[in-house]
Amino acid sequence: MEIGAYSFGDTQLNPDGSSRSTTEAIKNLFDAIVHADKVGLDYFGVGEHHTVSMPASSPGAIIAAAAAATTRIKLGSAASIIGTDDPVRVFQQFATADAISGGGRIEITAGRGSSVETFPLFGYDLNDYDELYAQKLDLLLALNNSATENVTWTGTARPSLPQLDVVPRPVQGQLPIWIATGGSAPSSARAGRLGLPLAYAIIGGQPHRFAPLANLYRQSAAQAGHTGENIKVSVATFGLVAPTKKEAVERMYPGWVNLNVEMGRLRGWPAPQRASYLAQVDAPNAYYIGDPDDVAERIVDLHRHLGHMRHFFQGDHGGLPQEHLLESITLLATEVKPRVERLLAAK
Amino acid sequence: MSTHNDPIIGILGAGRVGTAIARQAIKAGYRVRIATAQPAADNALLVDIVTPGAIAVEASEAAAADLVIVAIPLHKYRTLNPDDLAGRVVIDVMNYWAPVDGVFDDFERDARTTSEIVAELLGQSRVVKTLNHIGYHELEDDDKPAGHAERRALALAGDDAAAKALVAEFIDRLGYDAVDAGPLAAGRAFQPATEIFTGSHQAAGLRALLRGASGLTAAA
Repeated sequence: MEIGAYSFGDTQLNPDGSSRSTTEAIKNLFDAIVHADKVGLDYFGVGEHHTVSMPASSPGAIIAAAAAATTRIKLGSAASIIGTDDPVRVFQQFATADAISGGGRIEITAGRGSSVETFPLFGYDLNDYDELYAQKLDLLLALNNSATENVTWTGTARPSLPQLDVVPRPVQGQLPIWIATGGSAPSSARAGRLGLPLAYAIIGGQPHRFAPLANLYRQSAAQAGHTGENIKVSVATFGLVAPTKKEAVERMYPGWVNLNVEMGRLRGWPAPQRASYLAQVDAPNAYYIGDPDDVAERIVDLHRHLGHMRHFFQGDHGGLPQEHLLESITLLATEVKPRVERLLAAK
Repeated sequence: MSTHNDPIIGILGAGRVGTAIARQAIKAGYRVRIATAQPAADNALLVDIVTPGAIAVEASEAAAADLVIVAIPLHKYRTLNPDDLAGRVVIDVMNYWAPVDGVFDDFERDARTTSEIVAELLGQSRVVKTLNHIGYHELEDDDKPAGHAERRALALAGDDAAAKALVAEFIDRLGYDAVDAGPLAAGRAFQPATEIFTGSHQAAGLRALLRGASGLTAAA
């Protein structure tokens, strides 16, 4: 089981509630990735988000920098909002990071994004949402599957590629390309039919209820003739680890409030309630906030339902102090992962 | 208990909302048919695994059910076939939520509720707005038997009394008290960002909120 982290960037707040700089947030994110590599975390996912509070807008740039500053950790987008980006540029950026990393550590996760802020930002029409995503994913896969630099692709969401060179190629010929979904059944079936690995973002409810979706994904893959190591599931959830559960719960809470106040202002939600936070921090609910024993046991319990091979966590939002993020990453790598491996071996 | 007098439930859309309603309806003993924009055969595996007990059908067949639930993304509402849905009782569970789904001119330029806009497109359908103001996680968790002291209530709005009676019975069988909000336009009181939409209410509290909302409308 791989254990990881992901972040959209987390802009720190001043005591009066105003935002500190987004530059600082990017530097903190970079530092966290370097730290994660040092302590032995398996994976770090970056962005894509385009808000002041979460400014990791350019996963390719952060990952290229991190590729040079790390030696072991796998790095990927979480996710690249492919419908409103140019798949050629995304592929080139990640293949470039792959070259810098030495090869075999760089991944792309393609997703639709949980919000639609990239449509006005990059000048796309929301009415084209599905078509843009389908065509651009098709192009990204065509680029990745190409045997040579010279690529031909025909479509309407972007100019066609008539035998044009797209460089560089990945070190190992291809990059792992994952599909991200918040857990809709048709998306699960589609990823299976495409034979691509699937990343579930589970941000509420009870994660074990994704079991039928993971089953649908695997059976859809099998029905389409896809087998082997590309058929696998990863899970992204909220999570923060501290020496004690009490500390973890208290460390995450202020950021959770800030995030929900911001979202609530935008979406018309009522003020966040501590009770609804506390209702989600224990098994079998969706916030993996606890001490190493608690979080490890819950990962293994979820594994019984989903059979996932990677679980990665977002703890930094709403201005989580950087030292708490770094300590959580350390504990994930050095305390949670060994416990998970022990528990899985004992099953 | 299922009987052959029970209405057959047709669901258009197999996303998180459509599949949650399907499972809850099956639990309540209904026969459920599910369709998407894809051919039925493409959805067979999905339906078997995610909503066991339901049957994957073509969209026209789901639209021919006694009670049709439209659970597609609202911005795709123009893909609905008014001829297929003519004369049917249609539950509109869709929401316009620009901060999440983006801005669409159809709903920005028109002051009416989204359900009235949908009803106008469908023309001959008897549209009832409900089930839009309960989360898909909650729908399968919050159900309680009739008469339970803590039973959650859901509002419904529509212009056809017989259609509303059918939908009210459906809501009750799903495990919720049904509270009549009035005509379809009264659904404004439980669109996104309203207190009814963002909260969880029992029948008495829901009626009070609906009275407050209609008072505001009358005063405006």
